[in-house]
Amino acid sequence: MSKSERPNQLFRNLNAKVASIPMVLTALVIFVGGSAWTVLYSFTNSKLLPRLNFVGLDQYYRLWSTPRWLVSIENLLVYGVLSLVFSLVIGFILAALLDQKIRFEDTFRTIFLYPFALSFIVTGLVWQWLLNPEFGIQGVVRGLGWESFSFDPLYNSDIVIYGILIAALWQGTGLIMCLMLAGLRGIDEDIWKAARVDGIPTLKTYLFIIIPMMRPVFITALVIIAAGIVKVYDLVVAQTSGGPGIASEVPAKYVYDYMFFAQNLGQGFAASTMMLLSVVVVIVPWAYLEFGGKKRG
Amino acid sequence: MRYQIMTAALAVTTALPFAGPAAATDLEVTHWWTSGGEAAAVAEFAKAFDETGNHWVDGAIAGSGGTARPIMISRITGGDPMGATQFNHGRQAEELVQAGLMRDLTELATRDKWAEIVQPKSLLDGCTLDGKIYCVPVNIHSWQWLWLSNAAFEKAGVPVPKNWNEYVAAAPALEKAGIIPLAVGGQPWQSSGAFDVLLTAVGGTDAFLKVYRDKDAEFAAGPEVAKVFKAADDARKMAKNTNVQDWNQATNLVISGKAGGQIMGDWAQGEFQVAGQTAGKDYTCLPGLGLNEVIATGGDAFYFPLLQDAEKSKAQEALAETLLDPKTQVAFNLKKGSLPVRGDIDLKAANDCMKKGLDILAKGSVMPWTDQLLSQDTQKQKEDLFSEFFAKPDMTVEEAQKRFADIVASAD
Repeated sequence: MSKSERPNQLFRNLNAKVASIPMVLTALVIFVGGSAWTVLYSFTNSKLLPRLNFVGLDQYYRLWSTPRWLVSIENLLVYGVLSLVFSLVIGFILAALLDQKIRFEDTFRTIFLYPFALSFIVTGLVWQWLLNPEFGIQGVVRGLGWESFSFDPLYNSDIVIYGILIAALWQGTGLIMCLMLAGLRGIDEDIWKAARVDGIPTLKTYLFIIIPMMRPVFITALVIIAAGIVKVYDLVVAQTSGGPGIASEVPAKYVYDYMFFAQNLGQGFAASTMMLLSVVVVIVPWAYLEFGGKKRG
Repeated sequence: MRYQIMTAALAVTTALPFAGPAAATDLEVTHWWTSGGEAAAVAEFAKAFDETGNHWVDGAIAGSGGTARPIMISRITGGDPMGATQFNHGRQAEELVQAGLMRDLTELATRDKWAEIVQPKSLLDGCTLDGKIYCVPVNIHSWQWLWLSNAAFEKAGVPVPKNWNEYVAAAPALEKAGIIPLAVGGQPWQSSGAFDVLLTAVGGTDAFLKVYRDKDAEFAAGPEVAKVFKAADDARKMAKNTNVQDWNQATNLVISGKAGGQIMGDWAQGEFQVAGQTAGKDYTCLPGLGLNEVIATGGDAFYFPLLQDAEKSKAQEALAETLLDPKTQVAFNLKKGSLPVRGDIDLKAANDCMKKGLDILAKGSVMPWTDQLLSQDTQKQKEDLFSEFFAKPDMTVEEAQKRFADIVASAD
């Protein structure tokens, strides 16, 4: 959808503008309106049903003194940073390897992309079994005679979030790999030739020439990964339901649990407002740099 | 020819909507009774309701009350109410009632004299708000039970304990025999409920009421509750190797002798029954953990959302009457392992454990439970605390008690 509006030509492309009215309304009423409504009610003490009974910042004070919320934030940070770094690194390395004009490239691409066809719920259940100490990896290795082998991240509070990370990477890197591969294919063959003529080693060519040229692809990948991080919920529900204890809780699950299980809408809204805020804090400076600086060139 | 078929088809389709309601009204009933014993029990309700000439449309929602309640509530608040729905009577549906979404059953209750037949009286209190009755209690479920596997204790070479203290003392022997001493599933409500039971048994009924009814935060931080936390610490050490989630999986560990015992409500009894085990012979039950024999009058009840459809409203009344019918009460509660809400019926077929429960009920040792005393919000905070406490061995007892007292202080 090209939205090349010129302010002095309001009626240019009138048909297109009329056609986009429903979407604009949807965006305004549902996304913006819904968000505003949520933020407003996060200042109330709504329980099961929304009520306009304002209590100031009480819900936020309570939120930030709740251990479970703090654990959720910590988990999200660990999960977020690691999943961002590993998705990009693994995705890029896989793509670079596939780009070496190897045989059976299609087959490998299919294999790597396949997990992405599964939903997070299915991924979570698959990895719940794989990481189950009795039936999964640990059980198999012990069955081979290595009795002391221990690998049960889902039952260990300290490392449970890495168990979830493994599943998320398994599911998501294939897509990043495909994006990267498309980016690599978009690089002109002549660049490679020029680099070779200048005697630049392959690794350096990748790091200093190819990757900077792939900036748009990296930005796209970054947005896709980041959106996935903030909303991670179903994977946790399927794999651990937040356990053991509250060790693998995430913010989205806190929102859902407090809105519906605890019948405390105010608290759930406060938590979701904090999630929105964190997204805004990341997106706004980036969007400003990306789109605001267009005049430069 | 074709024309004839079409008219015939048309006639059938137009006739059906008119003929349908007169013969049988479909009433959708939602509940979260999905384990083997529970499903067998709810089938009794369906059978009895179908006999009244109506039709029970089963709306079972899997995954325990915590999963089911949000679905039920969003259907009611979202304008797509079912004919009737299960809740635990008490405060779970409080706001739905206040918002006028639930049907007032007072008239029916007066006509059928519920106040006289429902025993103990406090059950009906759980259904009453501002003097009006909004639900039909169908059973009494009490949390305060310890289920022990006789086979497990035999294997460990120790006698089956008679109370909590003996049980804790027997734990090392069980562990040595490769048996998990205490099964506590990973669902948060299980560890939270187990603590409440310990509070009743180790702390006593008064301590329980002081904490949850009077919300006395100072008392909750005090030495008497510290004793309870000490017991909870024992419990979490005994339970540390339970790698299951659902309560019935944990019960199954006890049934198969892989675990020594489980603190669980009397709904666990249905599972023992489905597995073909006999109370006293294969398993032992200790009400109040053998320390404080009381029964909390929590339980299940059916609420009826306010409907516009007159036919369906009539069917709701028929269902309410069916639920309290002596015959249905006996059939349902025997399968469910819970106690009936009427004092005037004879449960000859009751097994050992149910008889123990009935005795306690007859003695009048009853108390209210957390569903009646605490809001869902407070319950959820409690669940978060205790699921963390049970899963995290390095969380100290003092820290847990301090956080518990904070929750009690802000409880509503």
